[in-house]
Amino acid sequence: MDKLSGGEMVVQALKDEGVEYVFGYPGGAVLHIYDALFTLGEGLTHVLVRHEQAATHAADGYARSTGKPGVVLVTSGPGATNAVTGIATAYMDSIPMVVISGQVPRDKIGEDAFQETDMVGISRPIVKHSFMVRRAEEIPMTIRKAFHIATTGRPGPVVVDIPKDVTSPAEKFDYSYPERVRLRSYNPVTRGHSGQIRKAVQLLLSASRPIIYSGGGVILGNAWEQLRRFARMLDYPVTNTLMGLGAYPGTDRQFVGMLGMHGTYEANMAMHHADVIIAVGARFDDRVTNTPSKFCPDAKIIHIDVDPTSISKTVRADIPITGPVDAVLNEMISQIEDMRRSGAGEPDKASIQAWWGRIDAWRDAHGIYTSPRYDTSSHHIKPQDVIRQLWEVTRGEAYVTSDVGQHQMFAAQYYLFDEPRRWINSGGLGTMGFGLPAAMGVKLAHPDADVACVTGEGSIQMCIQELSTCSHYGLPVKIVNLNNGYLGMVKQWQDMQYAGRHSHSAYADSLPDFVKLAEAYGHVGIRVERKEDLREALENAFAMKDRLVFLDIVVDPHEHVYPMHIAPNGSMRDMWLSKTEKS
Amino acid sequence: MRRIISLLMENEPGALSRVVGLFSQRGYNIETLNVAPTEDPTLSRLTLTTVGDDRVIEQITKQLNKMIDVVKLSDLTEGAHIERELMLIKVRATGAQREELKRSADIFRGQIVDVTSTLYTIMLTGNQQKLDAFIQAVGDAVILEVVRSGVSGISRGDRVLSP
Repeated sequence: MDKLSGGEMVVQALKDEGVEYVFGYPGGAVLHIYDALFTLGEGLTHVLVRHEQAATHAADGYARSTGKPGVVLVTSGPGATNAVTGIATAYMDSIPMVVISGQVPRDKIGEDAFQETDMVGISRPIVKHSFMVRRAEEIPMTIRKAFHIATTGRPGPVVVDIPKDVTSPAEKFDYSYPERVRLRSYNPVTRGHSGQIRKAVQLLLSASRPIIYSGGGVILGNAWEQLRRFARMLDYPVTNTLMGLGAYPGTDRQFVGMLGMHGTYEANMAMHHADVIIAVGARFDDRVTNTPSKFCPDAKIIHIDVDPTSISKTVRADIPITGPVDAVLNEMISQIEDMRRSGAGEPDKASIQAWWGRIDAWRDAHGIYTSPRYDTSSHHIKPQDVIRQLWEVTRGEAYVTSDVGQHQMFAAQYYLFDEPRRWINSGGLGTMGFGLPAAMGVKLAHPDADVACVTGEGSIQMCIQELSTCSHYGLPVKIVNLNNGYLGMVKQWQDMQYAGRHSHSAYADSLPDFVKLAEAYGHVGIRVERKEDLREALENAFAMKDRLVFLDIVVDPHEHVYPMHIAPNGSMRDMWLSKTEKS
Repeated sequence: MRRIISLLMENEPGALSRVVGLFSQRGYNIETLNVAPTEDPTLSRLTLTTVGDDRVIEQITKQLNKMIDVVKLSDLTEGAHIERELMLIKVRATGAQREELKRSADIFRGQIVDVTSTLYTIMLTGNQQKLDAFIQAVGDAVILEVVRSGVSGISRGDRVLSP
């Protein structure tokens, strides 16, 4: 058994947990831990960000793209509060993350000491759980518990707040990393209720207008293989939420596109007219359902989720199934296979064929994948076209992070992800500033892959300082800045609902020269103003394998994202299809 | 509908604030709340009363159950149960009212636990309606201070809330 100080135990515990990267920023309360990183940290790579918010987003991007927990180390006070936005981002999207924050020494707590803040209190509503470490001997077990809680059940961020004196090098303790952890009040379910699953299968097979509505839980629960098998054995249409993109292949015939506020016409119509909806790891978020009381009036709803609080929260489930999505889908698949061995277990082929006929008619009428629904003859570069070309240039294989706004929706609509964990965005909290630091975490995890950050000139400025971190660690991500000179989504709403009064959403005259800015940080900047230069610029950017390239692409300032749900009081089928056309 | 939710939680710093925070964070009501350690010093028993329709109550119990610090939970109002609240009430007791208040306390099976020449402090236990009725019976004019514990409860028969 080793003798270690509190600070050393923190570092050793992270190593024993198998952590590869720690994203952080040093400061007074964590100096003992940082010193232990210096002396004991071999094998554990610390990434020094330029703002603590970026540390959490980078850890988040790492977690989303690998499925492993992201780890953050920040100091007390402002270090901790700067991390709060990133913790909330991870919480809303159920991302496994462990955030270690320094705290003032125990005898100073409550005295308004320098850089003191009640981190456990501040983070309480946005964490899965949190710990305040009171004695150094508790460090190994607390860190073990933090990782266990963060990564099991419905994942989420866990904060471990450690007072400075607890990490003091003056005293050494026996250290061993616990192999097992037991929490009497925390036992996530490991399988679904078989009776409920049987009922669900019967309902599904009797459906004539079914749809599979799959969400981020399928990705978090590593259940995309099961989802694909399940969908294919039934030949039912599949729609993915913003968080679920890639769980089912975007280019597959059975995929009807994303659903919701900016979902495809065919996905929203199919949902609205469905008689059976099976929700898999999705949470009936308000950006999906439109007005809950008008949601899918004919549908019986099966809802699978590992978190019982997600079930019947906004929309009542007819058949709730609490359980991990992979286990539940496996059981459904084997039940159907059993039925098929005895000649049953087939949906009614004729009605499913008729259903596909209606869906294909919707696709032909207004689908964004059957023909372009934006003005291709415009002399402006269209943001939709940038994403389509990005998809072509990267062969649909890139990891794409995004910020929040129009560019995010265009990326979600037009970059067809065939694989999970490639689409990295802040879906729940909608955090501008997420994209660039998230891309850093993705690039560290996948150094050989193309990593694109699709952003806008508004969002990118919210964590622009990370260009410095990218040069520090040589992270050649590609920034695709859809520059329209406006806070585009704000402007779109102002155009549509405020008679075009652009209250504080225009700032074209004060934007920086992004090319020079990128160059100032040692990167490559390319400005694209003409439509005919777009393709070459994208190809050149991705050909520069070892350079960060900032593509500043001037796009049509007046483009809107369509389809768009008509709200408030609309149903799933009520959409704007263009500036003048309603569904 | 009014519900009495009773739970066992880890007797740890911060556990209570998580439970209370959940209610404000998600817009649920807490009408009364009480909390104290149990015979097992690692556990606290918390009882709260809340009001909401079935959907809200279902969410409240699910959200509480989801908390790492909450070990076990029961909605006492789902079955037969006993509920009690304790009240200490300080009243002005002078002249003819002095005898009248003593009589009222007796009728409600209250005890006078402190006396001065001009006031009584009366202790009462019962369900919420009984305590409300006593307050109404003596009238606002004589009441100087009211302290209520909030509802405690336990289920009848052999149902036991244990970890």
